[in-house]
Amino acid sequence: MEVYLDNSATTRTFPEVAELMTKVMCEDYGNPSSLHRKGVQAEQYLRYAREVFARILKVGEKEILFTSGGTESDNLALIGCARANERRGRHLITTQVEHPAVLNTMRYLESTGYRVTYLPVNAQGCISLGDLQQAMTPNTILVSVMHTNNEIGTLQPVAEAGALIKRMNPYTLFHVDAVQGFGKARIHPRKMGIDLLSVSGHKIHGPKGTGLLYVGEQVKIQPILHGGGQQMNLRSGTDNVSGIAGFAKAAELLYEHYEDDVRRLHQCKRYFMDGVRRIEGVKINGLLPDAPDGAGTAPHIVSVSVSGVRSEVLLHALEEDGIYVSAGSACAARKPQPSVTLQAIGVERSLLDSTIRFSFSVYTTVEEIDYTLRAMYDKIPMLRKYTRRR
Amino acid sequence: MFTAFLIKYAEIGIKGKNRYLFEDALVHQIKFALKKCEGTFHIHKSQGRIHVEAQGEFDYDEMMEHLQKVFGISGICPVVYAEDEGFEKLCDRVVRYVTEVYPDRNKTFKVHARRARKDYPKESMEINAGIGEAVLKAYPEMSVDVHNPQILLNIEIREKIYLYSETIPGPGGMPVGTGGKAMLLLSGGIDSPVAGYMIAKRGVKIDAVYFHAPPYTSDRAKQKVVDLAKIVSAYAGPVWLHVINFTDIQLYIYDKCPHEELTIIMRRYMMRIAERIAKETGCLGLITGESIGQVASQTLSSLIATNEVCELPVYRPLIGFDKKEIVDISQKIRAFETSIQPYEDCCTIFVAKHPVTKPNVNIIRRHEENLDERIDELVQTALDTKELIIAE
Repeated sequence: MEVYLDNSATTRTFPEVAELMTKVMCEDYGNPSSLHRKGVQAEQYLRYAREVFARILKVGEKEILFTSGGTESDNLALIGCARANERRGRHLITTQVEHPAVLNTMRYLESTGYRVTYLPVNAQGCISLGDLQQAMTPNTILVSVMHTNNEIGTLQPVAEAGALIKRMNPYTLFHVDAVQGFGKARIHPRKMGIDLLSVSGHKIHGPKGTGLLYVGEQVKIQPILHGGGQQMNLRSGTDNVSGIAGFAKAAELLYEHYEDDVRRLHQCKRYFMDGVRRIEGVKINGLLPDAPDGAGTAPHIVSVSVSGVRSEVLLHALEEDGIYVSAGSACAARKPQPSVTLQAIGVERSLLDSTIRFSFSVYTTVEEIDYTLRAMYDKIPMLRKYTRRR
Repeated sequence: MFTAFLIKYAEIGIKGKNRYLFEDALVHQIKFALKKCEGTFHIHKSQGRIHVEAQGEFDYDEMMEHLQKVFGISGICPVVYAEDEGFEKLCDRVVRYVTEVYPDRNKTFKVHARRARKDYPKESMEINAGIGEAVLKAYPEMSVDVHNPQILLNIEIREKIYLYSETIPGPGGMPVGTGGKAMLLLSGGIDSPVAGYMIAKRGVKIDAVYFHAPPYTSDRAKQKVVDLAKIVSAYAGPVWLHVINFTDIQLYIYDKCPHEELTIIMRRYMMRIAERIAKETGCLGLITGESIGQVASQTLSSLIATNEVCELPVYRPLIGFDKKEIVDISQKIRAFETSIQPYEDCCTIFVAKHPVTKPNVNIIRRHEENLDERIDELVQTALDTKELIIAE
């Protein structure tokens, strides 16, 4: 049995998406910039994609820029915005628990003369609005806060932060990295004070190498890619027509029955957490103090620390039964240093290297969860027996 | 400009009646190495020399890089073949050679002629003098230095006349395959690929064994070992890599033996298993990357304990090397970057905080008796389920 519970790393592409992409690549393969009919046909897919995302996000079609994924969207948002607005100031704010695509871009900007404030988080991984308020200065040009934490599933108070920022300084721009949140929550930038929003295609059953950046009409950014002037000169490069079409198709399918899916994901998460709690010496990270059922957190991410077991070993032990999970987050799993997020929420030292992330998708079934729990009941006592003795 | 190359070999030259075996092996290895290069090459043996001739388009740098990994080659000389059209024409050809190869001619030189064909009308000394004169006449800025010339112009009179003056160093050693075959214990660290490289250099074909311990070691750790075997194969030819699933044996030892002795007993079983495969596949020895005192299992006392379980000799080419020296070779053969990828190998996962450094063989043997019940069965299963990967 194959049980894929690493959907925060990437997801299985919907078959309808793959089908549409094959059609685009084999039949409607024109370049949307071409003047002839083949080009016009290809352009229809871009129109379709813009319509889909404009409808889901409740924004204008011209406010959507297609990119190569979450990382490019974050880079374009931060660097493009910092460059275009540096006359107003050189201060940026973000959180300590962002994805490396934001954190490392911020570090890059620091090296080019910007000042960055990294907001701390509480034990649940949440920032405090008070800290945000204090960090804001008249020189703050941009605040970047992620919607859903990729490692532990914390939801940040994005709407409240947006309102606060706009109240304090209407010129300060607000970027939200919604790579993990899109498809799992309603995100309406205009109502939430969001000026820039990053979304990735392959996290929502679309193709890898696709993503978008919402850029509010009034927001000025500078391009980071220069070339043929596609996408209003903000993102040059021949449009990835098949990818964009597939990405839009995935979003369309996902938001058709989005409410049912999210409800079901929450049920799965509760069911799984109840099962996990029967194992001795485990701790579930990122839950709100009064909500052991996971209310107020992402419906699809469960971070579990298992004392006395190294996460990589547990990961490979589950892999032997066809169960795929992540040690920390996929982006951090291949590096030896412990996760910044887990450190920031104060996970004990001894558990930093004993933390596994399970992430569900619309494909996840109760049978799969039962199978996974049985494997954990089986393997964890065995793995605890054979450890490096101190 | 060169399309032909003369391969010089060092130690083979002093072999006796079996010399042709070494030469044939070298031709075979050169063919194998050049298979991966762009272009077609004609490789042949004649009059005690090996010639490589490129047929049509080829990439000089790429070819050189591959030839420089073929053990047995001491030097590679780019050579010009000239027809024998009389001595005057030969002088012209040599002058043209100097023009083409040396844009800066402010140099000292010496002509070194040899006549393999003794019916050539001039003697070697006359050729030296005649050609030297022609070169000096064409380029007065050049001067002769018979003791320490910057350019040594070699002229060999055979069927054709060979002109060469440059020698690009080869790796030395003996052609792989002439020294039999040995089994390398390949761990994924820095040392073992270097050990394999060094033994291959003496003409020994390399097979390898890797002990995999899922779920404690990952598929990426295994892939890393396959990558290292490929790096060794660039020098040693295709490497047959035997992958043994070692987990059950390791856990059984963990259950039954004192923890401080875990590593040493584990290594004894690795040696036993490696030897079993070695004997089945016709290997004449085992190779390890051990170096005295590097870790607890590599002290002299520990080496007695791991050595005594094998009948085959265990070759440890790095035994007297410092880590730094090993790293230097690892970098030279471009294995280092792969070796330092941070995946755990099966030797480190259960290592005790204070493993024994002076194991007593009698005590170790007694503790191994604790394993009597199931160990033979586990070893047999490990051998029966081994996976073979051919790395090249």
